[in-house]
Amino acid sequence: MARQGIQDARKGVRRTVARTLVALAGMFVFAFALVPLYDVFCQVTGLNGKTSNQAQALAHEGADQDRVVTMQIITRGSPGLPWSLEAHTRQIRVHPGQSAEVHFTFENLGDEASVARAVPSVSPSEASLHLRKLACFCFQNQRLASGERFEAPLVFQLTRDLPDDIKTVTLVYTLYRQDAAPSRKSGTQARGGDA
Amino acid sequence: MASHLPPRPTAQQSQAEAGGMASDEHHHGPRGLMRWLLTTNHKEIGTLYLIFSLSMFFIGGIFAMVVRAELFQPGLQLVQPEFFNQMTTMHGLIMVFGAVMPAFVGLANWMVPLQIGAPDMALPRLNNFSFWLLPVAFALLLSTLVMPGGAPNFGWTFYAPLSTTYAPPSTTFFIFSLHLAGISSILGAINIIATILNLRTPGMRMMDMSLFVWTWLITAFLLIAVMPVLAGVITMMLLDINFGTSFFNAAGGGDPVLFQHLFWFFGHPEVYIMILPAFGIVSVIIPTFARKRLFGYASMVYATASIAILSFLVWAHHMFVVGLPLVAELFFMYSTMLIAVPTGVKVFNWITTLFRGSLTFEPPMLFALAFVVLFTIGGFSGLMLAISPADFQYHDTYFVVAHFHYVLVPGAVFAIMAGVYYWLPKWTGHYPHTRLSQWHFWLSVIGVNLTFFPMHFAGLAGMPRRIPDYALQFADFNMITSIGAFMFGISQLLFVAVVVLCVRGGEKAPAKAWDGAEDLEWTIPSPAPLHTFETPPHFEPHRH
Repeated sequence: MARQGIQDARKGVRRTVARTLVALAGMFVFAFALVPLYDVFCQVTGLNGKTSNQAQALAHEGADQDRVVTMQIITRGSPGLPWSLEAHTRQIRVHPGQSAEVHFTFENLGDEASVARAVPSVSPSEASLHLRKLACFCFQNQRLASGERFEAPLVFQLTRDLPDDIKTVTLVYTLYRQDAAPSRKSGTQARGGDA
Repeated sequence: MASHLPPRPTAQQSQAEAGGMASDEHHHGPRGLMRWLLTTNHKEIGTLYLIFSLSMFFIGGIFAMVVRAELFQPGLQLVQPEFFNQMTTMHGLIMVFGAVMPAFVGLANWMVPLQIGAPDMALPRLNNFSFWLLPVAFALLLSTLVMPGGAPNFGWTFYAPLSTTYAPPSTTFFIFSLHLAGISSILGAINIIATILNLRTPGMRMMDMSLFVWTWLITAFLLIAVMPVLAGVITMMLLDINFGTSFFNAAGGGDPVLFQHLFWFFGHPEVYIMILPAFGIVSVIIPTFARKRLFGYASMVYATASIAILSFLVWAHHMFVVGLPLVAELFFMYSTMLIAVPTGVKVFNWITTLFRGSLTFEPPMLFALAFVVLFTIGGFSGLMLAISPADFQYHDTYFVVAHFHYVLVPGAVFAIMAGVYYWLPKWTGHYPHTRLSQWHFWLSVIGVNLTFFPMHFAGLAGMPRRIPDYALQFADFNMITSIGAFMFGISQLLFVAVVVLCVRGGEKAPAKAWDGAEDLEWTIPSPAPLHTFETPPHFEPHRH
């Protein structure tokens, strides 16, 4: 009887260990699966403030003349990249449905050519689904020779279904280096970059 | 012979025979250092865990003392801001992964087999391996302090990209050491689950188990669920740092906020991993010294399980200010507040157990009572933080520091100390020195409150976390906090003194060391023989 009990316990232990190992492997895979899931979730809901990285068509719906939304535009550089990015208009008031154009100037202040991309982010994040970009420099990398200046337009539209409680939309462009910087060993290689 | 912990087999041969519970004829293992290196005995491994945890508690404590010494006055006096950041980071990492978690695993190793009537853990060799991973992991982590560029300096939450793009070179070592510590916890959890599910003495149903066993079973499931997520997150960091991926790097299309989601999906259940076993210990101690059955046993089990399940649904309450949509703010606010319900059930049950009990105030009971009061304070400040609109003010201030130290120090740490005082007679055969333990208790309780209570006010007044210098108006609060911290820190030396004295001698403890103690461990002699319950003990359930 006692021997039988020990046998049962051994079998039980083996079964428990097998099950927990499966659960462990499952959770490890799940952690990595969360990355694409998060991307999809954010694309659907616009939760992380990312905008589409392709040009979108203008939604022909006519401007909502009764409503005015303030669009703030912020530009930022990042360490290791001697570029400047200036928006010619810092703030623009638009009607939902109306398309508008803002010009930006890129300049490479460094003494060698480099490649960078301006990565957009929208706040509040719910607005990102309602911001349509008809033309944007952010869809591709820019390569500038030393001292080169480059002017590029952003044509955008806030769609009329923008939630009513959103009165101000902030669009931030951060410049990130896309070629390997000579001074830093990591963190600049792009996953989707075509540098 | 009593100076050995646990006692050598020869020392208690006679007691074992007298107890009729065990025999030591199988023990022919190596002696000296190799005995500890190769041991597969759950009691010896439990002791190793506890000693390791205590040493980490002091190392992490020294780091905290550096932090408090710097913050004693405004201005920079002792350390540079860079080193200050390393100190706060290492303090957090060491205390969470090196002190609190191994202490609970050590207690589980010692007490789970004894409380369920099992001869040992289900996988003794794995048990040895999971312990010896820890010294390696933490030697590696501590070695980053002397590396060029210094130790990790990004806080214990290691938010990317601070911990990837802007991190010191030693971060890769930090990742590796965390991987080792994680594997150790996972193996420990597998072992505990396998033991509890399969090795209970005949007749012991799940609902007959002691609450310490129950809470540990649930904790082990939490560990299985979230430690792989932590492993995944730090692996992604490793890839971002060394292999050019962009999981958390916005430049390459990644998202730093994703890091926070993944981290807190691990991090919030981790918080409960550090408190559920504490609930178990307190639920065992309070009935013992109230000489009453635990009120609402079944509701305690269900409350613990609900807390564990809810812990997966609240992670974003750590991220209220990252720019969540309103719906998410509301969801995470309400789900967080919901946790107060099962936690309230627990506090209610403890108090109801005390109600009209014949209470005595031995050292374990003192710590358990302090736990109930002070943990509840930490719970209330947690509720305040759960209110999303209010959190915008409290976020990243000393109020948060006060909150989580209240639940972790007079919460988890006091429960561990209560457990140690409670089971020391079983481990050593001697009662801990009463007068000295009382001094330890009162100095700790006063020190803890002096340290952490003023932090609430400093935080509400706007003092941010993780800063080496601060505005003048916070000077008085910080001076009180620092004095309290030194007091608490120094009084822990008393704890070491009590434990050492108790191992060496003291008033002899009988098998049933405490009057109202009920569980199976009190049926074997004190000190517990090296081998116990080789034949499953007879179990008479008090059906709850």
